[in-house]
Amino acid sequence: MREISYRDAINEALQEEMKRDERVILLGEDISHYGGPRRVTWGLVESFGEDRVRDTPISENTIIGTGLGAAITGMRPLVEISYIDFALLAMDQIGNQVAKLSYMTGGQTKVPLVIRTQGGAGGGTAAQHSQSLEMLFVHIPGLKVVIPATPYDAKGLIKMAIRDDSPVVFIEHKLLYSTKGMVPEEEYLIPFGKAAIRRSGSDITMVTYSAMLSEVMAAADVLHQKEIEAEVLDLRTLIPLDIDGVLASVKKTGRLLIIHEASLVGGMGAEIAAQVQEQAFDYLDAPVIRLGAVPIPIPYSESLERLVFPNKGKIVTASRALIVA
Amino acid sequence: MSLVDEEEKQRSVLAPEFYRKMLAVRLFEQRAIELYTRGEIRGVIHPYIGEEAVAVGACAVLNNDDYVVSTHRGHGHCIAKGASLDRMMAELLGRSNGYCRGKGGSMHLATFEVGMLGAIGIVAAGIPIAVGAGLSVKLRKTRQVVICFFGDGAVNQGAFHEGLNMAAVWNLPVVFLCENNFYAISTHVSRVSAVTEVARRSCAYDIPGKRVDGNSVWAVYEAVQEAVARARHGHGPSLIEALTYRHEGHYKGDPGHYRPPEELKKWQRKDPIKKLRKELLAKNWLEPKALEELEQEVAQDVQRAVEFARKSPYPAEEELTSDIFGGDHRK
Repeated sequence: MREISYRDAINEALQEEMKRDERVILLGEDISHYGGPRRVTWGLVESFGEDRVRDTPISENTIIGTGLGAAITGMRPLVEISYIDFALLAMDQIGNQVAKLSYMTGGQTKVPLVIRTQGGAGGGTAAQHSQSLEMLFVHIPGLKVVIPATPYDAKGLIKMAIRDDSPVVFIEHKLLYSTKGMVPEEEYLIPFGKAAIRRSGSDITMVTYSAMLSEVMAAADVLHQKEIEAEVLDLRTLIPLDIDGVLASVKKTGRLLIIHEASLVGGMGAEIAAQVQEQAFDYLDAPVIRLGAVPIPIPYSESLERLVFPNKGKIVTASRALIVA
Repeated sequence: MSLVDEEEKQRSVLAPEFYRKMLAVRLFEQRAIELYTRGEIRGVIHPYIGEEAVAVGACAVLNNDDYVVSTHRGHGHCIAKGASLDRMMAELLGRSNGYCRGKGGSMHLATFEVGMLGAIGIVAAGIPIAVGAGLSVKLRKTRQVVICFFGDGAVNQGAFHEGLNMAAVWNLPVVFLCENNFYAISTHVSRVSAVTEVARRSCAYDIPGKRVDGNSVWAVYEAVQEAVARARHGHGPSLIEALTYRHEGHYKGDPGHYRPPEELKKWQRKDPIKKLRKELLAKNWLEPKALEELEQEVAQDVQRAVEFARKSPYPAEEELTSDIFGGDHRK
């Protein structure tokens, strides 16, 4: 075990997978000698050459389509969309082609394609470079959606995604790249659909994912000092969703708070709240509470931006309201 | 033997098979229209009738392991690439032994066993996929070639520009084949395209561009031969524009009143199948009796396909959620 960054964890995973399987290729804007806009692919072109670490034109829709065409003819491409906001330029290929091809051909082909992208607010990147758009992909059947919060998970999950035979949207967070965590030197994979219990507790279940995890953990510390023990679940993958893990925790605590950076309206919180009330209504001691972004375009000014997202304070307040309820 | 004689000799060998394929497309679609009208086929079908020479002339150049990417008007491309009429018709009837197990239907026919990677129902969306197949071929060094079919309506989509640029800049083995039938649904190409000669757009990507008579199977065959040879030898993509015409509306049920009746009549006189049939007889490439037998065989093949499809079971309930993720929903 050693401590490495989220960025380096993904880089290491790509190195390993490209060495392991020559069908793995990378496509994206500025990913070769420039190393990618977040330097995640730094150094890969030296190891694997420009054929396999391929800079593309700024053509998001065709970057995805090219990945798809290669995926159904024997390659295992990993395509990079620099910002999740730009995925909107590629929604035909992602939503109508990538997600559907296996099903609508009756399984004549698999689609071993990974779409790597990054989202979230980055401190002043404003409306077109700060979005959390994971729910767009969650809503389209045929895509798996993976969204790691730690270096350990980022490495184990991206390796799993590359080896998966179905299309995976892999969503990194721009504020996590420099965060560090323990990552084993020996190889490991993390299966999809299994939430990580980041903290055990019996009073309240907090479900979150991606960069919001650190706010949730900080809030759990505050609550602990007030003798409220929170159980924190990091979903890690939204599709498949570990609803069993959530239910098990809710049955223990009787209280559920869901926290995410994406817009509150139509967010993961709504989906989980619905499933929990369908399957564990009798276990709930209070209504489920959701915290998400105010449903507005992300503003530039710091004085406004900080009002948009859940944070430690809002999480503590919501948790105490739940306990009182 | 002179070059002209040699060409004629080659054509005399190819012609019966070309005719058989073109007729198969025509009769298959006529039956499909009939079944659609009777309610045995659901949804929507886009007949290719009148354009058969393009698919047959182009696919005749390809090997079995070469790739084709098609459009919503894809029956002809499947048949020309060698797909089974039985399994195609079963798919149109929504049966479980259709190529897509009844999950795709007419608009999404795909026949991977013959390299047909899919009829893609979104206009121009097959272009990026074809580029990706071309990249894969190049990286795997297999010397396969990809033909990407699309209509005149597709060339004003961003995917056309993005895809042709990418294929050109990476020198990929893709032949972009525009079937210009002059109408994007009801809209004439002259009303929506600043440059109506699609082949001329090739200059923007510094690749060869050629306009051919899409109702002449020989003109298509020769242009595609040249483009495929180029692609196979690593010299990159080409753009071919085949001028043709659909005798039916955009889809079965479209009255097509946006087209002048005399225009349709003019193109019906240039029917590619009648033209080739006349040539077969005039040049004595096939005896009248042999031609008649061939026509009967094709009609029987289509009839057998209908019977096969009608006898085939519908997909069972457990097939509803299979194949979403390469066969395993929760994996």
